Amino acid sequence: MADKAKGRWLVLAIPYLWLFALFLVPFLIVFKISLSQDAIAQPPYVPTFDLAAGWEAFKENFAELSFENYGYVLSWDNDFIEAYGSSLWIAGVSTVLLLMVGYPIAYAMARAPKSIRPTLLMLVILPFWTSFLIRVYAWIGILSPEGLLNQFLFGLGVIDQPLQILATDTAVYIGIVYSYLPFMILPLYSALEKMDETLLEAAADLGCPPFAAFWKITWPLSLPGVFAGCLLCFIPAVGEFVIPDLLGGSDTLMIGKVLWTEFAVNRSWTVSSAVAVLLLMVLVIPIVFYQNVQAREMEKR
Amino acid sequence: MSTGVADKTQKTIGGIRRKFAPWTDPQATPLIRYQNVTKRFGEFVAIDNLSLDIYEREFFALLGPSGCGKTTLMRMLAGFEEPTSGQITLAGQDLVGTPPYKRQTNMMFQSYALFPHMSVWDNIAFGLRQDRMDKDAVANRVEEMLKLVKLSQFAKRKPHQLSGGQRQRVALARSLAKRPKVLLLDEPLGALDKKLREETQFELMDIQMELGMTFLIVTHDQEEAMTVADRIAVMNHGKLVQVSPPAVIYEQPASRYVAEFVGDVNILDAVIEAKVPGLVTLRAEAAPGMSFRVAQDCETQVGDTVALAFRPEKLRVELDPPADPTVNCLTGTIWDIGYLGDLSIYHVELANGQRIKAAKPNLTRMVERPITWEDKVYVSFAPDAGVVLKS
Repeated sequence: MADKAKGRWLVLAIPYLWLFALFLVPFLIVFKISLSQDAIAQPPYVPTFDLAAGWEAFKENFAELSFENYGYVLSWDNDFIEAYGSSLWIAGVSTVLLLMVGYPIAYAMARAPKSIRPTLLMLVILPFWTSFLIRVYAWIGILSPEGLLNQFLFGLGVIDQPLQILATDTAVYIGIVYSYLPFMILPLYSALEKMDETLLEAAADLGCPPFAAFWKITWPLSLPGVFAGCLLCFIPAVGEFVIPDLLGGSDTLMIGKVLWTEFAVNRSWTVSSAVAVLLLMVLVIPIVFYQNVQAREMEKR
Repeated sequence: MSTGVADKTQKTIGGIRRKFAPWTDPQATPLIRYQNVTKRFGEFVAIDNLSLDIYEREFFALLGPSGCGKTTLMRMLAGFEEPTSGQITLAGQDLVGTPPYKRQTNMMFQSYALFPHMSVWDNIAFGLRQDRMDKDAVANRVEEMLKLVKLSQFAKRKPHQLSGGQRQRVALARSLAKRPKVLLLDEPLGALDKKLREETQFELMDIQMELGMTFLIVTHDQEEAMTVADRIAVMNHGKLVQVSPPAVIYEQPASRYVAEFVGDVNILDAVIEAKVPGLVTLRAEAAPGMSFRVAQDCETQVGDTVALAFRPEKLRVELDPPADPTVNCLTGTIWDIGYLGDLSIYHVELANGQRIKAAKPNLTRMVERPITWEDKVYVSFAPDAGVVLKS
């Protein structure tokens, strides 16, 4: 019996140890850096804690920590707040676009003959076999002024001036929608596939035409999938760095890009850490919200 | 929930039931007409050139094994399937090409198909709201329906908070709420346990009478069909085999298939020896030296091979020979006994090895000389108990 109980504790402890070592500890390190000051040193901030120096030195160092960097990031004089806002906006618009593109695809997949559904699922997942970075680079080739898209439109005679898509927000939207589409489709598909088709027959039987039946039956029953898909896309899109960096213009303001600039160009580990901690908080709120939605869903069952 | 309303109206209901037989009246116009309807799914013929008339206020059952086309026949009336050829009319109007949401039929689904995100109240109101009925009228009708199925106190519940029997009643209320010209019931009681199913069958009959509606039920359960229906259509391979009231289906089956599908039956291969109007005399190989008399008019000729069918409950099993043991009498040994409490089923092995079943009610508690295994018995029946079947 005692062995059994021990075994159970061990199994339970593994994920917690994992989270502790790979999530909580790094977070605390970043949080500590965000409370430090920049310095020309190795590493480039002070204070650094040296456990060998004793308790007094620790207390002294601890007193040097401050929230100064947060004040800097949150001050209106700097562009950070604007960057957060613009990130949330771009992520929000992208999520709406993703839903508009992903819903019909997921719907068609869920209504496809059972025999071809696994193939369709496979096709949705297939792009993951190529590196994300390479796929985003490929879009440069498509969207650039001499790129495939412009050549194609020239060929058709639709345009006489090359379209300037690359290095605009439009390119960022295209990149995000393209990259995140599977994360939208999969939860929507799983919600729609579970739905009993006789419900739509019942609605029709009771006098409800197909379009109205969609809004009264299919849409409300797919809402858990809609929530899951939107949060799965929105949360990483807010912190997205690669797509705005490669496809966006210099005026595309996204917090991931700002964070990277702070870290790599300005070499301010402390400010970029503060930006990262604040970004995490911006994202934790929707996650908590999502968990609430899920908990309510579970209760219903 | 068997039903105060029905008790009050029982007298009138009985009166109507007694006289109700519009199919015998050549003047009556049918409410539903299937005319030469064929339905193919690819190569498979689900419905084969079928014609059928169903009358107003009738409780009509489609009975058959799975895959016989009964559900397809019903779904064509609801509009979920279109016939490949032929015509379906409801109250004189051609239905072919009309989408389901424009038809005046409502269906109670086998799976109930209740909307899981809506309360009982909203489920029942769904169809009424589609008709843009005004709010008070909707509320009144929903309350009325809830009362009819005795679910008033569950109006706010969601379907998953109800028992199977309650869900079944919500589905019934929802399909009745719009007062359809025809209510279609697709195996409506399949998911209920036996006791509840039997109760609900009588409730369905009472509700049908009370609302004066036409019900069309699809079932594979012959007892259910016999209990509820005014007429039963027995189907096989997309065709109607027999369309008759339950008693006719049971007592005068049109074919060997119907006799075997509905209830228990014993069948002997027999040859017609003589016939006069109202009486057929036969000989059976299974019982050499015996002659069988059946009170029936018969189209078949003397010398033809036919099937002689008789139901187990119409047989007498005795240890002593009857008055004339050469007519309508078989001898054999008891092979097995099934004791059901109210009845005992005796399996009797005849001289040629064929086994027949005879049911005997257990009228007294103790019998002095009970029939038991390996007893020699005489199995006899009256001339009006047997039926001669051509095919």
